[in-house]
Amino acid sequence: MDLTPIWLTLKLASTTTLVLLLIGLPLAYWLSKSRSIFKIIIEAIITMPLVLPPSVLGFYLLLAFSPQHGVGKWLHDTFNVQFVFSFQGLILASVIYSMPFMIGPIKSALQQLPLSLSQASYTLGKTERQTFINVLLPNIRPSVLTAVILTFAHTLGEFGVVLMIGGNIPGVTRVASIAVYDSVENMDYAAANTYSLILFSITFVMVISVFVFNKYKAKSPLE
Amino acid sequence: MISVDIEKKLRAYKGQQVLKIAAQFPSGSITKIYGPSGSGKTTFLKIIAGLITPEKGKITVDDAVWLDTDSKFSLSPQKRRTGFVFQNYALFPNMTVQQHLEYATDDRQWINRLLAIGQLETFAEHKPEYLSGGQQQRLAILRAMAIKPKLLLMDEPFSALDPKMKSGIIPGLKLLWEELGTTVLIVSHNPQELEGLTAREIEINLS
Repeated sequence: MDLTPIWLTLKLASTTTLVLLLIGLPLAYWLSKSRSIFKIIIEAIITMPLVLPPSVLGFYLLLAFSPQHGVGKWLHDTFNVQFVFSFQGLILASVIYSMPFMIGPIKSALQQLPLSLSQASYTLGKTERQTFINVLLPNIRPSVLTAVILTFAHTLGEFGVVLMIGGNIPGVTRVASIAVYDSVENMDYAAANTYSLILFSITFVMVISVFVFNKYKAKSPLE
Repeated sequence: MISVDIEKKLRAYKGQQVLKIAAQFPSGSITKIYGPSGSGKTTFLKIIAGLITPEKGKITVDDAVWLDTDSKFSLSPQKRRTGFVFQNYALFPNMTVQQHLEYATDDRQWINRLLAIGQLETFAEHKPEYLSGGQQQRLAILRAMAIKPKLLLMDEPFSALDPKMKSGIIPGLKLLWEELGTTVLIVSHNPQELEGLTAREIEINLS
């Protein structure tokens, strides 16, 4: 039984979650502040993967990063980086695809904090950055944890977008969800069952931990 | 001397109204600001602290300009460093009493003195959720005083204190204000709230 797809999936989910946490915190903070048309457009773009068929997103990413033309060709020629049919391509696609799961809970939690908390910190001479790190972030910890778990779990379950941009290269882009599909195609139901059971177990434990944790800490795990 | 001349449009139930205030506050003075609910008292304090910007106006503190809308200049709240006691206290849920004061200042002696004045020494390791309303309000006052402000803005600062506690804390605060030469503006609904303080009075009304 080849467990490489499972390890690859866990590696993809961990990397995606880490990248999204680094991008998501400042982006969610920026979005949580006063609203403008520009911010609404950015927020709509971030939210699109929630409603867009994954294959559509994957198709556009495939076109955008194809090494034959456009941005993909420039990246390939200038930095020798190729996003199509590579693990870094999977990370890029996963970051875009899972972004609403990271941004949503954090932005919502920041908006629920009273404005006077930041204001009190400013009057004490603290900068926006100091205020974010010392006052805002510690008070939205449950929501950050929710966002991290949901992002990780959602990345585990990706299929369409990953298949479109990464294909099915063993050891490189063949993640667990694709391995399930591939095993069924080859009538290897035992392998498909093992992969599925592992994915199901990990995802179930993660989702249930979010609900248990939020029962005591946050208002709704999907906020 | 603090000189304020501002104009700020406020959204109200009856439509838009204008908060228009021109006043001067001598250094080291205590001024009580009163007026009906929704008359813009809190907004006025926040404008002075730099947390809200008015459409028109000028604020000067001694020789320094804090706000001048004509030249589109507004000093940040961080640089104004006004002590501000929020009506809802705005305490940080993640910090203990001690950490609130340490966040504002590194001066340990000053922190100990504040804790003694606010009678919160035994609660130094408590977070706000484990404090009573009166204790939370005292912490909000101490946190504002921790930065040794030249200007202290207080929004209903004694509303949750019983008369005994209030008369216990006010003499200590007065002493600090005299030492620092702090100018104090206090918003209050209740005429009895400022008993024990000799204060000038200013009424605020929307036009």
